[in-house]
Amino acid sequence: MVTPPSPETRQSKVKLAVEGLTIRYGSESALRDVSLQIYEHEIFGVIGPANSGKTSFLKTINRMDVFNPNMHVEGTILFDGRDVRRWRNVYALRSRIGVVFPLPVGLPLSIYDNVALAPRLRGGQSSADLDVIVERCLTRAALWDEVKDRLDALGSLLSGGQQQRLTIARALSQDPDLLMLDEFSIAVDPVTTMRIEDVLKELRNEITIILVTNLVQQARRLADRTAFFLQGECVEIGATEDLFTGAVQDPRTRDYVEGKFG
Amino acid sequence: MSPDVSTTELSSGRTGVTADDFDRRNLDWYVDKAVEVLVFICGISAIIFIIGIFTFITKEGYAFILQMDWVEVFTTQYWFPSDEGDPEFGILALIAGTASVTGLAMAVAIPFSLGGAIFVAEFASGKTREVLKVLVELLAAIPSVVWGFIGLSIMNPLIIKTFDVPVGLNVLNAGIILGLMAAPIMTSIAEDALKAVPDRYREAAEAMGATRWQIIVRVVLPAAKNGLLGAVLLGVGRGFGETMAVLMATGHSVNIPGSLFDSVRALTATIAAELGETAVGSEHYQALFAIGIFLFLITFIINLSADLIVRGVREG
Ligand SMILES: Nc1ncnc2c1ncn2[C@@H]1O[C@H](COP(=O)(O)OP(=O)(O)OP(=O)(O)O)[C@@H](O)[C@H]1O
Ligand SMILES: [Mg+2]
Repeated sequence: MVTPPSPETRQSKVKLAVEGLTIRYGSESALRDVSLQIYEHEIFGVIGPANSGKTSFLKTINRMDVFNPNMHVEGTILFDGRDVRRWRNVYALRSRIGVVFPLPVGLPLSIYDNVALAPRLRGGQSSADLDVIVERCLTRAALWDEVKDRLDALGSLLSGGQQQRLTIARALSQDPDLLMLDEFSIAVDPVTTMRIEDVLKELRNEITIILVTNLVQQARRLADRTAFFLQGECVEIGATEDLFTGAVQDPRTRDYVEGKFG
Repeated sequence: MSPDVSTTELSSGRTGVTADDFDRRNLDWYVDKAVEVLVFICGISAIIFIIGIFTFITKEGYAFILQMDWVEVFTTQYWFPSDEGDPEFGILALIAGTASVTGLAMAVAIPFSLGGAIFVAEFASGKTREVLKVLVELLAAIPSVVWGFIGLSIMNPLIIKTFDVPVGLNVLNAGIILGLMAAPIMTSIAEDALKAVPDRYREAAEAMGATRWQIIVRVVLPAAKNGLLGAVLLGVGRGFGETMAVLMATGHSVNIPGSLFDSVRALTATIAAELGETAVGSEHYQALFAIGIFLFLITFIINLSADLIVRGVREG
């Protein structure tokens, strides 16, 4: 395994600055007063047990919270220095952020159309361009070899693991600055997971990645820095190696990564 | 091979007893069988009814079909079935009447119902949606004679006045009436088809930055196309089969329409209007049943092709 470069050498520009983020569903809070910074071209891991607020955190970044009138968000999230809640064109914001959900969503379109959807939404691509994009994204998502002879088949009829890779290809086809993966490997076999992890390591040179995972070892393998969320609280943020070597601020972090959590 | 091995093991290990336990038919088994038979009878009864109906109309009409002049029937427009000396049985004009009215009705109903379904399923929320759904279902329940009455007493004078034509009972009138009649049920089915598209598809597209309209056009409509096609074909079937409203609003005159303002006569309306005044077993009577057979076959073909298209779409 490649050791991730230490955060100091990578720290270039702040891609995402979160200040005092609090998320509530009705009166129940899902996330309380979280502040953190994510740097450009790093893989930022988020670990934590169920219900710790990881998914809610991702939803506020690309403004998926607007679909849930019950969800209240306070604090600021600066994306490239601009408050995401003040972006007038939320569609433009979302098109710069690729999202991979825990459960695969192969749209009921052909495999080709699944991947070509985002470029088509943006417009201005010739069909030759689209062919190139589709092949590149499917290759990166480790799916091209399996589907290259049946790009016309329905994406929703692929196997679960294939659909998840299709979802990743679709997210990549947006050519995003920021890729958010929410427990992407739930429906993917270990071999494919490793192939996708290799892809993510390559992508680190081009984009910023937020990796929410319930596999602490996955965070260890991939993330430059990692945050530990616990019941809506951000318990710890630090260089991933520190979290795993015991150099932590909070003993709960050590318990969690060592699997001592009940 | 492998099941054999396990059976051998079983019977060699626990002979007799095991076989008894597995073979005994208890109450659950009988209930299950009884339900299976019952459901089978219900299912098969639909087929029996269809065959029964078809047999009946064939029995009444086949004598005519056997001796009729196919070319005359399908290519001439002269329908004088009860002429003493020289009856004529050309149904071309009747086919043209049914087809023109149904065609116009679909031109009216498809945009209406598709738009309505998109609004109800994708845009309306809460109360608005509930109210709209109830209204649409109410509209679908209006008896066709009421629609015919609207055609006669409201559309007729309106068309005469607006377009300055001598008669208002024509293709335009019947097409609009039939379109409005078919639209509610088409809306309802199309809305079901849109609602059946899972929200995760919409969310996935939303997360990619698609606008609401882009999601509808690029994701929801393609995903729902089978159901939408079903809605349209149901409307077409309704158009072919509708009798009362068409009888009242077309003007009921045998005519190949040259414009929307020509009166026409539909196949169904011809049967309804004439069957009562023919002698059972007469040539005229048999000719009407032959038209019934023709209508039956058309509806059958529409449904069958709908089925095939939908299946083709599915296999993509
Ligand atoms: N749509 C919602 N409506 C109401 N409450 C919600 C909603 N989504 C999440 N919550 C609540 O917010 C809290 C955090 O949920 P969230 O999905 O962010 O956790 P998570 O860390 O992603 O968990 P998991 O690891 O199981 O995916 C939970 O207590 C959950 O019940
Ligand atoms: Mg989650």
